[in-house]
Amino acid sequence: MAKYIAKRLLYGLITLLGITIIDFILMNLVGNPIDILASNPKVSEGALKVRAHELGLDRPAWQQYFIWIGQILHGNFGFSYKTYQPVSQMILSHLFPTLILMGTALAVSMVIAVVFGIYSAVHVHTKRDYSIVFLAFLGQSVPGFFLALVLIYFFSVRLGWLPSSGMRNLNDPGDGVQLRYLILPATVLALSEAGNNIRYIRSAMLEILNQDYLRTVKGKGVGRRILIYRHALRNALIPIVTVFGMEIPGLFGGSVILEQIFSWPGLGLMTMNAILQRDYPVIMATCLLSAVVVLLANIVTDILYAVVDPTVKLGKQF
Amino acid sequence: MMKKDVHETYAGMVWRRFKRHRAGFACLILLLAIAAAAVLAPVLAPFDPDQINPAFSQAPGGPYLLGTDQMGRDVFSRLLYGTRVSLTVGVLSTLLATSIGVVLGLTAGYFGGWADMVIMRVTDMIMSFPYIMLILVAGVIFRPGMWMIILILGFIDWPGVARLVRGEVLSLREKDFIHSAEIAGMSRRYILFSEILPNCFAPILIFATGVMAISILDEASLSFLGMGIQPPQASLGNMLNGAQSISVLTGMPWLWVAPGVMIILLVVCTNFVGDALRDAMDPNTSW
Repeated sequence: MAKYIAKRLLYGLITLLGITIIDFILMNLVGNPIDILASNPKVSEGALKVRAHELGLDRPAWQQYFIWIGQILHGNFGFSYKTYQPVSQMILSHLFPTLILMGTALAVSMVIAVVFGIYSAVHVHTKRDYSIVFLAFLGQSVPGFFLALVLIYFFSVRLGWLPSSGMRNLNDPGDGVQLRYLILPATVLALSEAGNNIRYIRSAMLEILNQDYLRTVKGKGVGRRILIYRHALRNALIPIVTVFGMEIPGLFGGSVILEQIFSWPGLGLMTMNAILQRDYPVIMATCLLSAVVVLLANIVTDILYAVVDPTVKLGKQF
Repeated sequence: MMKKDVHETYAGMVWRRFKRHRAGFACLILLLAIAAAAVLAPVLAPFDPDQINPAFSQAPGGPYLLGTDQMGRDVFSRLLYGTRVSLTVGVLSTLLATSIGVVLGLTAGYFGGWADMVIMRVTDMIMSFPYIMLILVAGVIFRPGMWMIILILGFIDWPGVARLVRGEVLSLREKDFIHSAEIAGMSRRYILFSEILPNCFAPILIFATGVMAISILDEASLSFLGMGIQPPQASLGNMLNGAQSISVLTGMPWLWVAPGVMIILLVVCTNFVGDALRDAMDPNTSW
């Protein structure tokens, strides 16, 4: 077990290194900051050289890479081209709203997926099962932004029950998390994630229910309720952990689009603005940050997976 | 009856089982109909999709089947051309991603060792970046446009296919018929492409339908955000772009309902066809 975890962590480290290299290459592909400065006719040739030296841009690329990594390890992600603020500070001030949105969506979609997935599997081939599978298919197929538009149309415009935007940055004094701003974006994010997960948990649960040991338990004359809730559910932990890990990247991607639509003052909105304004240090920092979070989530999932499933052949799969 | 079954080809068996999945079969017909309409767009569209007509923001009616947009362009014609773009992006980027994934997955699975290690770590790396983020950044670096979107999606979508193929190869490699081919002295290339690859065909095809559904969704999201297909060229995503303003959302539903419904139809149908294929080709899985 310890060997497996060590191996997984080592692979994670290699992957992390690769992620920073990809991020660095992307950053260099989009162009260097001097070119942007140089497009301003007021900036003289000499000033450009000084600035390039300050930023270390006169050194070879591999040296720049190590300087950049060193800065990141000290929590320094550089400065925004547009606001001139430190990127790390910008990220911190936008982090909380995104965590609230993603956390709520994660919790809601997990509950939906687990409850409906298991219900559907237990009632397999009934009308209820088919309707749940159909709805899950639909949830998976409706683009999040379109669902958002439809919900805004009905709940914000027609009925006037919920605001479509207006959530202010939580760092402003006197603002708490206001539930009414959260409901629509969190619902859309949770529903777009839930569809795929319902089907995954349903199929995993069906496989569990068909296994021999459950037939043995049934043969012993144990009631259906106890069979499902005591024996089968314990094994359903494995697909549930898997789904948990699968959701994280989707949540990041979804929040980028939905924060834009709902004017939610989080990392997604910040990233989208940075993308529209070509504010590269901000884009690269959030890209790196989200990749690292996804990577960590994957590692944790793999380790949890090994913990909950005694039959996982350690070391062989990975 | 029995005799007929014995002589049934594999394709025949799959087709017979596919037809039993009624939703999947209906979706296939619908998808083919939509594709035909998209291919025939130049014939079917009543107007040129970029032509500016004298009627601005007109509700559906008269010569304008689905109304006109704020610039006076016919929504129905744009819908046909947009569907054409979405389907082209979906099919071509899926082909590209699947080809890359198959080659890398075969290599990793069959040769193992360093090749496997390197390919799988690269797969991990690409899969760690949240998908939309990577696409958006690629959209910043390269000038957006239909061919660029196809390339970006194709080069980002392959890791799932690679993992799937690698897993299949790993399990096939231990099967007796591969062992006997090796003992018989068949070349590695023959074993890879003539023995292993055909046996991976069903899972790859099923997985590819999922990739296509996601590609269509991604093109729509990207164009919706203004980072994808650029106007005046119509795409289902950029037709929805206008609905970000409340006046369009509430006052001109004909501008956004039709493209939205078309995206949902394309994706739902693709997913159902994939589901039916899974039932038809793989008797072991149950979802």
